Amino acid sequence: MRDWASWALDTAVARGATYADVRLLDARSRNLSTKNGTVGTVSESESLGLGIRVIADGAWGFAATDQLTREQISETAARAVAIARASARVKKKDVVLAPEQKITAVWKTPIEKDPFDVPLDALVDLLLRADQEMRRVAGVTLAEGSMAFARQEQLFLSTQGSEIRQTRLSSGAGLVATSFAEGEIQKCSYPNSFGGQHACAGYELIEGLQLVENAGRIAEEAVALHQAEQCPQGRRTIILGSSQLALQIHESIGHPIELDRVLGTEANFAGMSFLTLDQLGQLKYGSDIVNVVADARLEHGPGLGTFGYDDEGVPAQCIDIIKDGRFVGYLSSRETAPVIGLPRSGGTMRAESWNRIPLIRMTNVSLLPGTWSLDALLADTDDALYFETNRSWSIDDRRYHFQFGTEIAWEIKAGKKTRMLKNPSYSGITTEFWNSCDAICGRRHWTLWGTPNCGKGQPMQTMGTGHGAAPARFRNVLVGVAYAQ
Amino acid sequence: MLSEARCREIFDTVRRFGGEETEVFLEATRSALTRFANNTIHQNVAEEALHVSVRALVEGRTARATTNKTDEASLRRAAERALASARLQPRNPDLLPLPEPQSYFPVERFCEQTAGLTPDTRAEAVARVVKRADESGLVAAGIFSNTAVTQALLNSRGLFAFHTETRGEFSVTFLNGGSGWAKGNFTRAAHLDVEALAARACEKALANREPREIPPGRYTVILEPAAVLDLVGFLFYDFAATAVLDKRSCFTNRMGQKVFGDNISIYDDVYHPLQSGAPWDGEGIPRQAVQLVDHGDLCNLVYARHTARKMNALPTGHGLLLPNEYGEAPLNLVFAGGDTSLDEMIRTTERGILVTRLWYIREVDPYEKILTGMTRDGTFLVENGRVHHAVRNLRFNQSLKEMLNQVELLGPAVRAAGEESFEMVIPPMRVANFHFTEVTKY
Repeated sequence: MRDWASWALDTAVARGATYADVRLLDARSRNLSTKNGTVGTVSESESLGLGIRVIADGAWGFAATDQLTREQISETAARAVAIARASARVKKKDVVLAPEQKITAVWKTPIEKDPFDVPLDALVDLLLRADQEMRRVAGVTLAEGSMAFARQEQLFLSTQGSEIRQTRLSSGAGLVATSFAEGEIQKCSYPNSFGGQHACAGYELIEGLQLVENAGRIAEEAVALHQAEQCPQGRRTIILGSSQLALQIHESIGHPIELDRVLGTEANFAGMSFLTLDQLGQLKYGSDIVNVVADARLEHGPGLGTFGYDDEGVPAQCIDIIKDGRFVGYLSSRETAPVIGLPRSGGTMRAESWNRIPLIRMTNVSLLPGTWSLDALLADTDDALYFETNRSWSIDDRRYHFQFGTEIAWEIKAGKKTRMLKNPSYSGITTEFWNSCDAICGRRHWTLWGTPNCGKGQPMQTMGTGHGAAPARFRNVLVGVAYAQ
Repeated sequence: MLSEARCREIFDTVRRFGGEETEVFLEATRSALTRFANNTIHQNVAEEALHVSVRALVEGRTARATTNKTDEASLRRAAERALASARLQPRNPDLLPLPEPQSYFPVERFCEQTAGLTPDTRAEAVARVVKRADESGLVAAGIFSNTAVTQALLNSRGLFAFHTETRGEFSVTFLNGGSGWAKGNFTRAAHLDVEALAARACEKALANREPREIPPGRYTVILEPAAVLDLVGFLFYDFAATAVLDKRSCFTNRMGQKVFGDNISIYDDVYHPLQSGAPWDGEGIPRQAVQLVDHGDLCNLVYARHTARKMNALPTGHGLLLPNEYGEAPLNLVFAGGDTSLDEMIRTTERGILVTRLWYIREVDPYEKILTGMTRDGTFLVENGRVHHAVRNLRFNQSLKEMLNQVELLGPAVRAAGEESFEMVIPPMRVANFHFTEVTKY
């Protein structure tokens, strides 16, 4: 397989590329779902192909193929160079890359149990047992479960001499109980909505989730929501559960710090960012207790943004994003880093597969834990709403004005979690919101959540990102607008 | 590209290693996309890809395995994985045997010119757009893409379905102070007018400078086709019979009822001249044109074979590839239009908001179909029959059910392209009492 990658590089250089890198990727995935006691989806997929990215005449070109013959690979590399030359017809200046060391390395996601070795009937059986527990609860009209596993074995070669072999493996699972009654659909998910929890881990992740043990509880909550009071409207203190806070981080910190957005290259589709270059080091993004990092290293945990090297061959790093509330760092690439005077890339370029170019993607963008225990935080709160598990999310194209809905909320009165509330929502302005944070729970309550479905780029690429969060409190937040009349 | 003969060869190889009942879906794609921003082409990509997806059926059980290789070992592995996965499952009482051979109404959707667009051709078009941006003191960003795709579905009962088509997209945003956007998609390259799209986006960007803040509230809105598309696109799974069976559709318990205003009629029609896609579904059943809403009355759903049997209906040819948990979906929605032009809508509006496009739309409430999202790239106050000035972007929380009961005027339906939904045939609309709940700071 190394020969295939070398042929591509050799052809690109022979055709005039001044830089080239090749990713040869062998991907395998397995997806399962169950619905109301029956198997929904069972599918296995494998995909092997090669993508070559080149700079020629000072501009980018990329071509990809799954026909791995010498002739086809050479033709693909030649096409990438021709495409780069076409790009050069519309350019203002040549592409300049930040320097990077030559690397020879092998890296693998550490796992305890390979999910592809677990018999399929055992996976189906687990989901069906959880399904049965949900349907035991009267009023549940739809019980769903899902699991997803993916392995990507990649060889990266570049004209700078790097040769990196990397194997990344991810696992994930989740449940949803839905109840239709009285002209209303309510649902509750476990451990998170939109696919559950995902991580760069093996089957041990699924075993630790206790799906069957939690199935009945979410089913009961989904049914109970019909009788709950509507979330009120107005300005309130709110506490966000950790999975909802993880998505809040993703949308209102993770995306606006992407330097390609900031520099305008996503302007036509995903949009730009309110974090213009003059804000770096100046903007008070959040309150003094808000500390956020983008950490792709294994030490941070097995997040979907954990890897050894990014898809430009840059080692995984920990980048400070918000330090003591101040905005101090962007997510960068070899092309964007020099634009803002950084000596090297932050190592955040990732591609969905062999047929896509790497883009700046969130790694594990996490809010570092605070000092509170959850019990102490609740006891310290007189009157608030506690929001749990995302139901809807929307933010403007500069990532400044957001609105979130969650599946369920609870009223906090005099330090105690009291009545359940349905159809909860809150909205705000990114910097006002993060500056209103006055308490963050500690490491014991901190979870590194996986967001498996982050879309970006054209052609669209879906990427997994990680977000560590513990429950946190925010003051004077607008709630209930989604259902305002 | 894949020929019919090659599809049959691949199927025959899979069949040797598969079970008694085997289905193969093949898709070969050749696509390219030129992306520009800051008046520079900054990404420029091309790919060739093939998927061979094998479905095995064994005594009421089914599973799928996919590969992107056509050598014997890879096809054998896919066939055996599908078979092994199927055997390990509990029996599904709703699973039907493979369908017999079908006949299809032909659609012609392949254009050599679209398939043959080169990086140089695309770069020339982008260069013209950038020249316009430079001359206008603006910055341009966008894409120009073209794709040729071949799809085939074969099964062990002799069913053979084959389809080939081309499609392309051109999209542009002009920025500097304000922003303006336009997008078109096409089957035939001759139908693409880059200059017209660029002119429209440029005009909007220039008009969108210095937007003023207006208070949130209920406004009459004039929604351009892209804005309508991205809203009504959220309905498409609700028309699936499986969604109604599962009680997750907003049409649950509303069949036969008046759900929208008298002026709303909705079809699914793959044969419409402005539509795209294959004339068969995920099991190879011929797609039918189905009227879903007749002058506001919910009159039909779409059905896969197994859902039709459960609901005592006839399959409509809208099933998704099996196995899946969603059943079916109408992928070729057509909204009946009217005869009021966009200009006429503006001319007859005393006070309202003209919306170019919407962004980041998400469902807030699945049964009342409340959606939230933002305006983007050109939102204007209309007063006394003319566009008065640009306004800052607004967030809406609007029930789609309510909105489609408040449509005052409809324009001619066009093939619209947005960013939140696949393309449809959609008219512009003037809607009363559209609910904007918050305003942004830009």
